[in-house]
Amino acid sequence: MEIVFLTFILVLSIFLGFELISKVPATLHTPLMSGANAISGITLAGAFLAAGSQEAHIATMLGTAAVTFATVNVVGGYLVTDRMLSMFKSKNEAGK
Amino acid sequence: MSIELIANLSYILAAVLFIFGLKMLGHPNTARQGNALSALGMFIAVVAGLTAESIVSFEYIALGVVLGAVFGALASRLVAMTSMPEMVALFNGSGGTASLFVGWGTLYGSEINTFTAFTVVLAILIGGITCTGSIIAYAKLSESLGPLPFPSGAKQFPGQRIVNSLLLLAMVFSCIQFCIEPSSESYWLFAVLGLALVLGIMAVIPIGGADMPVVISLLNSYSGIAACAAGFAINNNILIVAGSLVGAAGIILTNIMCKAMNRSLLNVLFSGFGAAKQGKTIEGDVKPISVEDAYYILEAATNVCFVPGYGMAAAQAQHVVKELGQILEANGAEVSYAIHPVAGRMPGHMNVLLAEADVPYEQLVEMEEINPRIENVDVAIVIGANDVVNPSAREEDSPMYGMPIINVDQARTVFVLKRSMASGFAGVDNPLFFGENTRMLFGDAKESISGVIGEFG
Repeated sequence: MEIVFLTFILVLSIFLGFELISKVPATLHTPLMSGANAISGITLAGAFLAAGSQEAHIATMLGTAAVTFATVNVVGGYLVTDRMLSMFKSKNEAGK
Repeated sequence: MSIELIANLSYILAAVLFIFGLKMLGHPNTARQGNALSALGMFIAVVAGLTAESIVSFEYIALGVVLGAVFGALASRLVAMTSMPEMVALFNGSGGTASLFVGWGTLYGSEINTFTAFTVVLAILIGGITCTGSIIAYAKLSESLGPLPFPSGAKQFPGQRIVNSLLLLAMVFSCIQFCIEPSSESYWLFAVLGLALVLGIMAVIPIGGADMPVVISLLNSYSGIAACAAGFAINNNILIVAGSLVGAAGIILTNIMCKAMNRSLLNVLFSGFGAAKQGKTIEGDVKPISVEDAYYILEAATNVCFVPGYGMAAAQAQHVVKELGQILEANGAEVSYAIHPVAGRMPGHMNVLLAEADVPYEQLVEMEEINPRIENVDVAIVIGANDVVNPSAREEDSPMYGMPIINVDQARTVFVLKRSMASGFAGVDNPLFFGENTRMLFGDAKESISGVIGEFG
């Protein structure tokens, strides 16, 4: 039953994703992509389990690597998106 | 209330924040708050993830977080705006790699059933492809690894498809073998891992520079799908929701990029333009123009439209372009920047560069918007773009037929800033250069525009 339930969530999220993204202006394609990319770092929440459970030495090592890579993705992704978006200015703001 | 319940409620809150964040990222005015909102969601989800009962030791977690945060923060601050495509590729790769390790690490926990084994294999497979694929994409985009063994252009060799098909078959076989008898010591696990890494390399190697927007958004989608598979492996809702949101977003962008080139995804991934290079050669005289003459024409123009391409990024000309735009505006001309969806090396590449140069986004117009009124444009200035303005895409016998282009040839005058007469990535000759109303301004784009600005001064 658990599998059915998770698959249910999966299918709904995919449709939601399609709806959310389909009407984005081309100006924002890059920030959107890198912002979405930062969200894919959510795997960090799962990486904690492997890094902190102390089940096997190898699992801890794999987990630590996963935590590191995922944190790079999250921190780097959000900061770089913010840096990009801070440059997008409308006419009123850009006028000197 | 148990801690687990609180954690799950936090995941719901995080998912809502991600959804609102993505929604707000779709409008220029709210995009920045949207990103902050999504970051807040991430923070909540991560803290909730830390409360899981099975986590007993935090030293390694802290080590990983500190290492990753320092590297991520430094990379995002220090990188130049022109290197943004390769940066995004690298972040994609690290997300995919993390999901690979999460999936792999799951095998060392409790008993593994067949379904979990299947999701673990998916996480390793997609994560592995994302990992090496992104590294190759990075190498191609930054051109830092020299011409060999990572050429920035398309690299094809005879029998490539056969090799790839065999790899794919071997992959499917190894996955099935592993799922039948899942164990962390299974050799099939390492077979899957190795094959995924090789497949990532083989998938991106044959794709050329101009197709990079498709590859980058596809890899972005993969990193989401990998997180989603890892979510199934560890039974975590938020990984599934967030991962599939990203996966869907990436697929949509990929589709937009493919449509902008009038090619199917399969065509981009497996063939390239290489097979259809026999477009008819065009003969005629090009009309070069001097910087001084360009100045006289621009001085009299009342409607000027810049059409940037990858060449503007390569020459780092965005700041001088904007300066010229301001001068022309002060001179009474209407100035706009027409941007083709696949101009540059990633989706929206030109928009980011022009935003860096402080061009207000109201002046950036999309292809569909400029084409109906292109006849009113006095001077269209093409900067380092080629295929996206190639009029032969309107002719049925051209290999490029059907690709939507910016119809600059219908403007009253066209300036083409170009280093030489080489054809574009597609290898198709561009009749625009021989057009009656076309003037070629040869040389480095940045120097040429600086020269014109000098004439105004």
